[in-house]
Amino acid sequence: MATASPTPAAPAADGIAPRLPSSVIQSLRLARYQFRDYLYSRRFVLMLSIVAALGAIFTALVGYFRPAGLLAAPDVFYGSLWAGGVPIVIVFAGVIFGGDAIAGEFQNRTGYFLMGLPVRRAAVYAGKYLAALAASLIAVLVFALILVGNGVFYFGADALPLAFVASLLIACVYLLALLGATFLFSSMFKTSTYAVLVVAVLFIFGFGILQSVVTDLAKIEPWFIISYASPVIGYPFASTLPAHVVTHTSATGAVLGTSYNPTYLEGIGIMFGYFLLTAIGGLVLFEREEFA
Amino acid sequence: MNAPSLEARDLTKSFGKFTAVDGLNLRIEGTKCVGFLGPNGAGKTTTLKLLTDLIFPTRGECLVNGIPVRDDRKAALARCGVLIESPEVYPSLTPYQALEMVADLRNLSGPERRRRIPEALEEVKMSEWSDKKVGKFSKGMKQRINIAAALVHDPEILILDEPATGLDPRGMAEVRDIVRTLKQRDRLILMSSHILPEVTDVCDEVALINKGRLLFYESLDAVTSRFNAAGASVDATFARPVSDADVDRRIGGLTGVSRVERLDARRLRLHLPPGLEQEASLLKSLVGLDLGLVGFQESKSALEEVYLSQIERGD
Repeated sequence: MATASPTPAAPAADGIAPRLPSSVIQSLRLARYQFRDYLYSRRFVLMLSIVAALGAIFTALVGYFRPAGLLAAPDVFYGSLWAGGVPIVIVFAGVIFGGDAIAGEFQNRTGYFLMGLPVRRAAVYAGKYLAALAASLIAVLVFALILVGNGVFYFGADALPLAFVASLLIACVYLLALLGATFLFSSMFKTSTYAVLVVAVLFIFGFGILQSVVTDLAKIEPWFIISYASPVIGYPFASTLPAHVVTHTSATGAVLGTSYNPTYLEGIGIMFGYFLLTAIGGLVLFEREEFA
Repeated sequence: MNAPSLEARDLTKSFGKFTAVDGLNLRIEGTKCVGFLGPNGAGKTTTLKLLTDLIFPTRGECLVNGIPVRDDRKAALARCGVLIESPEVYPSLTPYQALEMVADLRNLSGPERRRRIPEALEEVKMSEWSDKKVGKFSKGMKQRINIAAALVHDPEILILDEPATGLDPRGMAEVRDIVRTLKQRDRLILMSSHILPEVTDVCDEVALINKGRLLFYESLDAVTSRFNAAGASVDATFARPVSDADVDRRIGGLTGVSRVERLDARRLRLHLPPGLEQEASLLKSLVGLDLGLVGFQESKSALEEVYLSQIERGD
């Protein structure tokens, strides 16, 4: 039995009590403010600096060496530089915008501000995800602009292949998946530094090493590793797709090893699978996390 | 319209082997200001976090306006303003933008927003800083923004966890003024605090908690009456040292004085029967002794006395 008020209860006077917006609307509104926070943050400047540096290196190397093979056709040019560079941009965007997106709410105590409001945790999670996605997309688009600028310089404005649009869309799906994964890892920690460190190590080195270990030692196709899917970004530029399974043999015919390339469907399936599973996983973790 | 309410039912929260809140049953209903008191580690903040779904109960439940917060935090907190543990606002936002975000998430209309945001900023005396980034603000300034964020939608229920934390004396007085103003607007305010004079000043009722258990929940009047039944004490300060002879014969012999304690050479604590008349009579007598009386005040407030006795009993 609860200890009740010692004095009679009086009703409250009418205040401002508007009907709350739906959780979807709340997450979109939250995303807008989060995005604004990203735009004015040092991490956004850092991300743009990384993109600019990568673009500058590509521009300088191609401009200086003028490799004939690379400049033979627009498809080869974009297939090498764009498909090789954009996964790096996406990984950095994931680390910078997603690494501490959730952990930071605990460490910086901004979560106490948000969670005192009548919003579902799912709306907060989605809002932060959308903001990180928008900020990352800007980085990807800036990188795309730098490469297109180079492409126009070497091949003219008419030579931008349609494949570039397809590749850009696949890159966006990869970004969805990778950000989902970084949000999942971010939800596991309450300290920004740990979260960023784990995400950075995992995505910059960890998954690559794991992929090699799985392929070379366990000799199985690493379809469960997100980075395995990234070569699909370059497939729209390829005249022929690489074989799904490649067996390497010596001159005597002895089998040296096997390597794998994802199929189109498999690669995109891995990306969407990662996105769905990590989004659900991260959300479940965030729902259970306490602001203790 | 129903009376606003906050309720804890068999509320228990454990962190490993430590039980921070232990079977708390408390129902606060109506428009009033309730002081939520207790020593450090008593479970005040934990209780407020449970009420606002920042943490989850090990057992029991919390209801806001009859809505279980674990089941539907959005509906439960819709009419609440919450300030718990000095939160941080996103540093790149200005106070106006931060309140705009709160107003947006609460669906305040454009005209309401344009009216309420400047009002809330004015209430916490932050109008002149409304377009500066929060990241550069002092702790006290940030706390003012947090208070404004809790007030911006003119909430029916206000849950404040030590709102004066980080504020200078002027800021603390302003918080008291804000709470008083809200009381006049018929709101339910639950405010945890260590500052007993602050609670005495603004609260109608007090709930005392220690070791996660509710010791009492009473009106401030009832607390005062309970204390007065046990007797009172006043501290008297003199301009010059008082001799032992004067203490024993002249002061100790005054009508109503049951005991005299020496605090230092110039300060004495006098125990006397309860009642303001007794105090007035004693003051008149002390002045008449011509010992250079320069100060005369109650040594402890009723709330402080009850607080200390209850906590000591619990320990």
